[in-house]
Amino acid sequence: MSARTSQATPRPAAAPPRHAAGDGGERPASGLRRVLGRQPLGGLFAAPYLLFVLAVFAVPLVFAVYMAFHDYFFAAPGADVDRPFVGLDNFAAVLTDPAVQRSFLNVAIFLVINVPLTVVLALVLAVALDAPMRGLSFFRAAYYVPYITSSVAVVGVWLFLFGGDGLVNRVLGPLGLVPDPSWLVNSSWAMPMIAVFVTWKQLGFYILLYLAALQAVPKELHESASVDGAGRLRRFWSVTVPGVRPATFLVVLLSTVVGANLFTEPYLLTGGGGPDGASSTPVLLLYQRGIEQNEPGEAAAIGLVLVVLVLAVSLINRRVVGGDR
Amino acid sequence: MSTVPFPGERPATPVPTAAAREAAGRTRPPRGRVRPSAAVVRVVVLALGALLFLVPFLSMVSGSLQVAADPSPAGLLPGAGETTLDNYRAIDEAISLGSGLLNSGIFAGGVILATIVFGSLAGYALAQLEFRGRGAVFALALLVQVVPFQLLLVPLYILVARDYGLADTHLGVMLPFLINSTAVIIFRQYFLQLPQDVFEAARMDGASELRVLRSVALPMVRPALLTVVLVTFIGPWNEFLWPFLVTKEADQQPLAVSLANFITTLSGQVANPTGAVLAGACVLAAPAVALFLVFQRRFTSTDIGSSVKG
Repeated sequence: MSARTSQATPRPAAAPPRHAAGDGGERPASGLRRVLGRQPLGGLFAAPYLLFVLAVFAVPLVFAVYMAFHDYFFAAPGADVDRPFVGLDNFAAVLTDPAVQRSFLNVAIFLVINVPLTVVLALVLAVALDAPMRGLSFFRAAYYVPYITSSVAVVGVWLFLFGGDGLVNRVLGPLGLVPDPSWLVNSSWAMPMIAVFVTWKQLGFYILLYLAALQAVPKELHESASVDGAGRLRRFWSVTVPGVRPATFLVVLLSTVVGANLFTEPYLLTGGGGPDGASSTPVLLLYQRGIEQNEPGEAAAIGLVLVVLVLAVSLINRRVVGGDR
Repeated sequence: MSTVPFPGERPATPVPTAAAREAAGRTRPPRGRVRPSAAVVRVVVLALGALLFLVPFLSMVSGSLQVAADPSPAGLLPGAGETTLDNYRAIDEAISLGSGLLNSGIFAGGVILATIVFGSLAGYALAQLEFRGRGAVFALALLVQVVPFQLLLVPLYILVARDYGLADTHLGVMLPFLINSTAVIIFRQYFLQLPQDVFEAARMDGASELRVLRSVALPMVRPALLTVVLVTFIGPWNEFLWPFLVTKEADQQPLAVSLANFITTLSGQVANPTGAVLAGACVLAAPAVALFLVFQRRFTSTDIGSSVKG
């Protein structure tokens, strides 16, 4: 499969036939073997990873569900406090809260801007990059650099570029294209700015995904379409776009997950989700409720609602775009 | 599929020459017929896009070197205005770049080490060893990637900071990232490609599984190791939210956290806050960008593709 692995692989001149192995691996499975598999050592090898997943994934998940249904609050370690079961109270409190509703609306705004922009730009740029040409490595590196750079670092630059007296306003000002108040403190522009920022930052990763997917589109399809008289655009639409459909499914899925995770950008780029909650997100509220305001139960409820919504969007995505597995 | 060296050219699939294709009985191949105008349009579009992607980085470097960050288009050039290193001095005095870099390094280094040791063990087991529950472990590794980590934030914070007492410790910062699931899947993909016979031979010579992994399997997947290091480095080096939560003491904070604190609360302390922020951004961005540029030829798109496709 891979050219890189095979070139580094010193193949033994003649591998002995399997049945000669003296470890009894081919004998009829004993009772223990049947329970643990042929090489139970594998379980031991995977054990640290399993423990890790248990500790940072499974236990917190169960804990989150517990908190969401109880009146949970922080207490001194070891203190014996009563944390009564409250049923759906936390969910009711959270779902009727205008601030929470606004944060979910903000994620919807984010997705409506970010996902189509990401899919179109990443696919077009990947197709443009998917051919030998001069300066190719420079272009690929240029698109990839924002992805590998810390959000905190590039947020610092965007604050400078999009500030009231920043470069963007200096250029757009004479054209009368600057909103008042300016971009990041404007309640209609704050969330779209975050969507554009994240699109810009993540695009390199999605281009890479599409570049990998383009390798799987059979060249013969392009050729036969061309023989049938299909032009460039027609071939892009009828051969390339359907050919990379599994990748599109992944891009939509992953950008949805990124949208559900938004925290750093609203926190830093728009000063804690401002103005007046116009760029607040569920994870930002989750942080404020759970850590700052000692309402972990409500925070857990926000988290669970978010998980359910992400799963729902993923299912719709699967229906509409259709992954191949 | 073939491997695409990123971001170099792609030599993996030998492109048949026009003569060879004509010999195969085809008329002029469409792929070879690139109209010059189309190629020019493509280069122009790519160049404009690249400009949009690089301007913020140019601004980052230039602004960090200017006495007063110049927001005009001319200010994008590093030489414009008075050049100074004062911004780097100012940010270092405000948040101590050295300890921030050290903490980030320990964070990323610890995660890389744990991921290589435990991730290769798990990846090897998933690819080459038949044990009960192998399918379930792999499914779990895929699932972990799709469920947003941030959703487990509050319970994880309570567990780590309050129950385990790991607040303001390096282990507490590292814990949620300790074994990168993406890396486990990358290891599995590479180990799956190795020929079974090599392992059988080593086993017949009496090598233990651990020895087979260390002396036979790992040396054969050196490209995977590099990919795993790159993929694993980016996460913890750039991570903000989790270390921000568990480290309240400034001398325990990774650079991303102390720089963010500077942006939100401390920037009033220095004469040229914008310049100081941009200087800090340069220091934070440099290691990741440098690592990528040094190893970019080895960084392939199929690795990323396989890591998310599973």
